[in-house]
Amino acid sequence: MDLATIWFCIIAFLWLGYLFLEGFDFGVGMLLHRLGRTDTERRVLVNTIGPVWDGNEVWLIVAAGATFAAFPGWYASLFSSAYLPLLLILAGLIGRGVAFEYRGKVDSDRWRRNWDRVILAGSVIPALGIGLLLSWNVLGLPLDAAGDRVGSAFAAFGWETLIGALAVAGFSIVHGGIFITLKTAGELHARARQLTLRIAPIALTPLVALLLLVQLRVGSAWSWIPLGLVLLAAALGYLRLLADREGQAFAAMGVAIAATVVALFGALYPNVLPSTVDPNFSLSIADTASGDYTLTVMTWVAAFGAPAVLVYQGWTYWVFRKRISTSHIPPVHVP
Amino acid sequence: MDVLDLARWQFGITTVYHFLMVPLTIGLGVLVAGMQTAWVRTGKLKYLRMTKFWGKLMLVNFAMGVVTGIVQEFQFGMSWSAYSRFVGDVFGAPLAMEGLVAFFVESTFLGLWIFGWDRLSKRVHLACIWAFSLATIASAYFILAANSWMQHPVGAEIVDGQPRLTSIWAVFGNSTVLAAFPHAIAGAFAVGGAFLVGIAAWHLWRKHRDNTGDPADREVWRGSLRLGGWVGLVAFLGVAISGDFQGKLMFEQQPMKMAAAEALCHTEQPASFSVFAYGDVSQPDCESVKSLTVPALLSFLAHNDFTTEVKGIEDLREEYGEKYGTHYPDDPRLGELAGQPVDYVPNLPVTYWGFRLMIGFGALAAGAAAFVLWVTRKGRVPRTKWFPRLALAGIATPFLANSFGWIFTEMGRQPFVVVPNPNPSGVDGVWMYTAQGVSGLTVGEVLTSLIVLTALYGGLAVVEFFLLRRYARAGVEGVMPPEKPKDPDEPSDKLTFAY
Repeated sequence: MDLATIWFCIIAFLWLGYLFLEGFDFGVGMLLHRLGRTDTERRVLVNTIGPVWDGNEVWLIVAAGATFAAFPGWYASLFSSAYLPLLLILAGLIGRGVAFEYRGKVDSDRWRRNWDRVILAGSVIPALGIGLLLSWNVLGLPLDAAGDRVGSAFAAFGWETLIGALAVAGFSIVHGGIFITLKTAGELHARARQLTLRIAPIALTPLVALLLLVQLRVGSAWSWIPLGLVLLAAALGYLRLLADREGQAFAAMGVAIAATVVALFGALYPNVLPSTVDPNFSLSIADTASGDYTLTVMTWVAAFGAPAVLVYQGWTYWVFRKRISTSHIPPVHVP
Repeated sequence: MDVLDLARWQFGITTVYHFLMVPLTIGLGVLVAGMQTAWVRTGKLKYLRMTKFWGKLMLVNFAMGVVTGIVQEFQFGMSWSAYSRFVGDVFGAPLAMEGLVAFFVESTFLGLWIFGWDRLSKRVHLACIWAFSLATIASAYFILAANSWMQHPVGAEIVDGQPRLTSIWAVFGNSTVLAAFPHAIAGAFAVGGAFLVGIAAWHLWRKHRDNTGDPADREVWRGSLRLGGWVGLVAFLGVAISGDFQGKLMFEQQPMKMAAAEALCHTEQPASFSVFAYGDVSQPDCESVKSLTVPALLSFLAHNDFTTEVKGIEDLREEYGEKYGTHYPDDPRLGELAGQPVDYVPNLPVTYWGFRLMIGFGALAAGAAAFVLWVTRKGRVPRTKWFPRLALAGIATPFLANSFGWIFTEMGRQPFVVVPNPNPSGVDGVWMYTAQGVSGLTVGEVLTSLIVLTALYGGLAVVEFFLLRRYARAGVEGVMPPEKPKDPDEPSDKLTFAY
């Protein structure tokens, strides 16, 4: 395997890390109002991801940065073509990050309610936006020979992208529901489990639809395997949650999202960004990859950096492994 | 306005805004880590209180720094896609490394620090804040290396019309970043120092006036004030020395930027330094400008002696035209600029005044630090109400100096986004006009994002200021709940910190 292909795989891995980790962050934000009936309950929910959401979000930044370094043409065409969806993602992530940090900083119900709304919007909008971005990337954008978007800002919107948007949002809500079940105790735990079981079949449908769509358009014989794996893992996750084994259900969702990433990036290979105008205009790994020297340098950095990230982020989850419930939440003490 | 102007305004606004949070994070991060180290070593309550108080303000600020940083990482691809395509092979590497090596560490270990007070041993918890604050500094190095490469491209060669990285060590060892890094970091400490001084002065003065606050509390404010003052002073020294070094480099690497910084129209030998100009510095004939000058000082600033000639704008304009062409290429991507003459002179009022305001506010910050140290010597506290007022106003000075410094250096490299390296043995052909870098977007798209981001940033600035003010006023009691005697019959499993 050449370096460019390795970097294609590394970028897929960074997306996997991002979808897996921020997936449940988004889910927690989406379920904040539905599950958290009192302020203390909402605080429990926010605190399940409190120490880790920021580190989780860095996966997106590194995925973007790695694409910039390893495939400048891919980064440039995707980000400029998807300008408005990216603006929405950014606005959502900005609001959400600030909201986590600021919601408890003033002792006022109105203050907290407003920031809770920002958390909700800042979780729903970026999840939809990320789904749209990924499905655009796999299904193609109207690119000309220079890699620029043809037509208006809305030229690429279609029903397929709507499915893509719902796919990531739907996955996130289920993943987040299982995560809350895993990280909380008491009434919240029971409520989260019940709700997740109820919504999972509907919420996961768009993901399966997206994968089927990709399979029928650009799939090959082998790509039925990850698709089957997604279905299997999702079903297994459901059954394990039903059997009160939420840890295993959470792991099963991890397998499902990993298989999803394999299916999507597998469908893309050896392209990185197809053009819907003319297949000859599609950007491929070979067209857009940086030089061997750059890729070698980056490979060395990733070879040491990435395992370190996994170790210290893994350690963080270990440090904060305890379930929390309303009895753990300290009284509000703010000026 | 066209896409180019809008994209430039957006980049300028979002970057200057982001760089209000960055230096405060860097400056406070190390100072808080130092305070916590003092607490772990001595066990003195005073240091714990300082850690908690300044740490809380650091966190309020850090959240904004993180979220505005994401915009920066995305914006190159979104609005500057042609630039990204052209330079990605070189420029992308330090950016990606920043994320992988520095930003991951920052975010993860800050989370551990915030929530880890009762989960980690004292030493491990202390190590977390150090990991965080050292990573913010590493982060700055990567980003400044990337920026310095745009100011002075090195370690690359043109292959098939595109720069390809040939040596990452050349990029990280670029003389430009070796000067810019200490300059920016010292500027960050100037911000941290002034922040400590301003807020601590207000508390100290008020508690003296009202005769409130226990001695331990007063010790917190006196300690913070003295620490901040010294940090501010030493930081100014660092800024001045690195700035002088940087200026000399810049006369070699970007002579036009420095001629513009002086509004030096004609070559002079020896060249005099303009302290203050009357009239419109943007008049190219220079006839309308009267300037208060110090003879031969510019020659000294540029070349370390009082006699060497310094080239003026008119001569440089001709030189640049000969080297890089007098007209933009006839490329339809350039829109109205295609085939038009290139103006090699940056916006003179902005560069000229930006340079002076940077130096002026930096000097004010140092003066304020020295003044505060003097009037609070040997336990004194001034009674006049002007003392806290001036100290609080002083917080703004290093922020303004930083902003004007960036505005100067980025506006001063126009019309280039990647400035050609003038060194003949250097990297031929690695340069780009700003106008060539912009994405092929519609005006509507960029206008939308400019409005959305500016409005969002404006709103959040109000919120952040409100919170910082609230927490700063409340003092230590605002962040440390009064210790309750523990009831052994009622085991508490409450978290010591939760959002």
